[in-house]
Amino acid sequence: MDGKISHKASTADSVVIRFAGDSGDGMQLTGTQFADTSALMGNDVATFPNYPAEIRAPQGSLFGVSGFQVQIADHDITTPGDDLDLLVAMNPAALKTNIKDLPPGKMLIVDADSFTAKNLKKAGYETNPLEDGSLDAYRVIAVPVTTNTRNALLDLGLDNKSMLRSRNMYTLGIIYWIYGRSLDHTIAFFHKKFKNKPKVIEANTRALRAGNIYAENLELIPTTYQVRPAHLGKGRYRIIMGNTATAWGFIAAAKKAGKELFLGSYPITPASDILHELVKHPHFRVKAFQAEDEIAGVTSAIGAAFAGDLAITTTSGPGLALKGEAIGLAMMTELPIVIVDVQRGGPSTGMPTKTEQSDLLQALYGRNGESPIVVMAAHSPADCFDMAFRASKIALEHMTPVLLLTDGYIANGSEPWRIEKLADLPEIKTREPENRDNWMPYRRDKETLARDWAYPGMAGFEHRVGGLEKEEGSGNVNMQPLNHEEMVRIRAEKVRRVAKDLPRLEVEGAREGELLVVGWGGTYGALHSAVQNMQSTGRKVGLAHFNYIHPMPENTADVFARFDKIVVCELNTGQFFKVLQFEQPGHKYYKYNKIQGLPFTVTELTNRFNQILASGHTIEA
Amino acid sequence: MTGEKKYTYKDMASDQEVRWCPGCDDYVILRSVQKALPEIGRNREDIVFISGIGCSSRFPYYMNTYGIHGIHGRAAAIATGVKLANPELSVWVITGDGDGLAIGGNHTIHVIRRNVDLNIILFNNEIYGLTKGQFSPTSLLGQRTKSSPFGNIQPPFNPGELVLGSNGRFFARVSGNSAKEMASIFIEAEKFKGAAFIEVLQNCVIFNDGAFDKYNDKKTRPDNQLYLEHGQKMIFGAERNKGLRLNGLKLEVVTIGENGITEDDILVHDAHNPDPTLHFMLVRLESPIVTGIIRAVEEPTFDQRFTQQMEARMAAVKEMSFDEFVMAGETFELE
Ligand code: SF4
Repeated sequence: MDGKISHKASTADSVVIRFAGDSGDGMQLTGTQFADTSALMGNDVATFPNYPAEIRAPQGSLFGVSGFQVQIADHDITTPGDDLDLLVAMNPAALKTNIKDLPPGKMLIVDADSFTAKNLKKAGYETNPLEDGSLDAYRVIAVPVTTNTRNALLDLGLDNKSMLRSRNMYTLGIIYWIYGRSLDHTIAFFHKKFKNKPKVIEANTRALRAGNIYAENLELIPTTYQVRPAHLGKGRYRIIMGNTATAWGFIAAAKKAGKELFLGSYPITPASDILHELVKHPHFRVKAFQAEDEIAGVTSAIGAAFAGDLAITTTSGPGLALKGEAIGLAMMTELPIVIVDVQRGGPSTGMPTKTEQSDLLQALYGRNGESPIVVMAAHSPADCFDMAFRASKIALEHMTPVLLLTDGYIANGSEPWRIEKLADLPEIKTREPENRDNWMPYRRDKETLARDWAYPGMAGFEHRVGGLEKEEGSGNVNMQPLNHEEMVRIRAEKVRRVAKDLPRLEVEGAREGELLVVGWGGTYGALHSAVQNMQSTGRKVGLAHFNYIHPMPENTADVFARFDKIVVCELNTGQFFKVLQFEQPGHKYYKYNKIQGLPFTVTELTNRFNQILASGHTIEA
Repeated sequence: MTGEKKYTYKDMASDQEVRWCPGCDDYVILRSVQKALPEIGRNREDIVFISGIGCSSRFPYYMNTYGIHGIHGRAAAIATGVKLANPELSVWVITGDGDGLAIGGNHTIHVIRRNVDLNIILFNNEIYGLTKGQFSPTSLLGQRTKSSPFGNIQPPFNPGELVLGSNGRFFARVSGNSAKEMASIFIEAEKFKGAAFIEVLQNCVIFNDGAFDKYNDKKTRPDNQLYLEHGQKMIFGAERNKGLRLNGLKLEVVTIGENGITEDDILVHDAHNPDPTLHFMLVRLESPIVTGIIRAVEEPTFDQRFTQQMEARMAAVKEMSFDEFVMAGETFELE
């Protein structure tokens, strides 16, 4: 389970979009606008128009479909791209003729209003693909484009046909929001092109804005994580999104542990998809409970853990802040819960749809009192499965809350996942006591210091837990000075001993040498590619990517000692850098940080690595 | 799941020393619960007490059952998780006016709205006890407290109104010094399927002594408290000659034998009426204050709906193993 998936160059810094619709839908114009705006924003652009062969093909028919493909990138590109990241289909015929080029897991935007019985028939669909489950593999955004466009323009006094001509601009507005493009260039274009038609300018501007606002309110997130399956090991695969993988990892863990899975959650971007996935599976005895707030999400999970379920809660940064006190209660009562934080751009409400790694310090220290818990991070969409499974295993076997960090980038990205059979996954052994003679609720395992898990229904083990300091063993309330100090140390030591069960920290690339690149979480793809690039130029550069942050793998110090310099790369101002300086002192640390709501690009990483290799002393990022 | 074991109230007490102020009504409530539990026919291992923070919330430590002393305001949410994890359990929530109506107000209204099958006992002493005497959401307007030296300017909640306003199906109110009435109401609450909410008028001898004397004191109670029983006339008074009747849209206190009023004019209590209009009027009444089980209307509970939906899905998606599930849909083989 710990073998890292090797990616070829992460091409996450490029995006391929195809606009497809009826020849009268203005797809060429839409695509050109997107390309021009992107070029003005400094991207390299390659486009590929695809007109219908028949100039006057009947509306809505398969041969009347017109397409326009754009690839944008921050590096030189020569092709409009192979696999699409986003397909826009303005009607069923456009969907039918283009869907084959959209890999599973990617985004599909359709005008839901155009999926009428008549249009479906023209496109040769027997059932409505929006309803029959045939598009389940994609991230489908079905927008009533026609209705919404009409509503936006209602008071302009245009006839229906003229209003509907702005559907393409409504759609473009959506896409501009997803990819953070400015509307200015396109609005200026309207003014030039429709100089003497103020109503048309107004209609198109309004439609563009309305679509833009619609996407903002839906908090649509691009699906850009892209890997090539070329270097994957043997086996059967499927394409999986990070949030789905997280959900499935928990289902697998519950099955393996012989427990029911309980989720207490409150909707929040970009974590809600885990809730959306888990509510689909009551047949696996998954109990997904949408609570009234973040606090009820985590406290209901604590209740469920007390009552014998594998209990989890899912959230993002702001929600984690609200859950802090309750996570402290779970730590104090030593109950097994897993908290998933799908990180997004902070602080405060920040940038909900953008990715960042800025919750690390909150995850480690964001609770009152001395309250250490296990903190770990998934490094790619498929890895979310393993990490969710591992987090559950650790929580149940060590009787501790575990906080699993993912981020918006890997949560919404997708990649091939080697399908795991339940039988091949590690065993999970839960800690129900059997002998009730002299049993005590805070009796501990000698090796791990984990306490027993006795829950309601088990006769003879009735006991009370709570947030007040307790006496070691009996668990009775106890505020004696020395007992408190002992308990604080025991709880910390218990978490530290989890390290014995963790896989060793692996180094990719050079095993020793000039520079060790250190990362954690969702930056793995870019760091991996950058280190490969460095290697190919003959430099002795290695990558140590952390899945486990607290506790750290036991061989961390050994790995670090083998390199002259260490650079810690994170999408924050240097949070892991701070932790490492403190916990792994005596090394020469550099850092590379980016706080733009965007993932690393390979180019900027290699530039920075070369700069560090050339320098004699620490350079601030 | 019914219990086969027989208990006395002593079996329900843990070995922990009870640490409330001498004379506090909390002792009476604890004893009433311990007396009621042997009557509900449940095994001790199937009973869970969950509290938040406050004087009342130490309660679980004193019960020889399963229990959680939670964090401030969150008992109802913790209890929801317990109940969904194991719907067979008898789950009790112990809370106070600060815990359940201030910091935990959101969970209180939602647990009632959803109708989770819990027994919720609100110790209402109209003050913060544990933090030493600040006003609470049920403190009276003008009340002088540690945090309102010039008089409280925050109008209070009436817990009954809040419960009914949240579509509460079961609401009872009872004097904190009346062990017998409490025990019988607790037994009824346990029998009731759904969120059963009991407001106890609990005297805090230290910070708000005498707040309920008018209603709870032996001498003044008869003329100021009307204890309702389903199917019985709404009659009260030291001479049992006062009663309630409906005059237009208002409840009116009348005296039997005066102005031609006979017993026939007095309302009969119907706790099972789905229409809460009269229940609202009753919980709002101040003179007399109305106690007993004011409303008890059963509806499917949240945990029932939850379990039913799960079982329906299990029947619909027959026998799909996890391995089959992950293989379903588009997969591909790599060499
Ligand atoms: S402070 Fe008041 S409520 Fe708290 S234990 Fe003492 S008397 Fe009872």
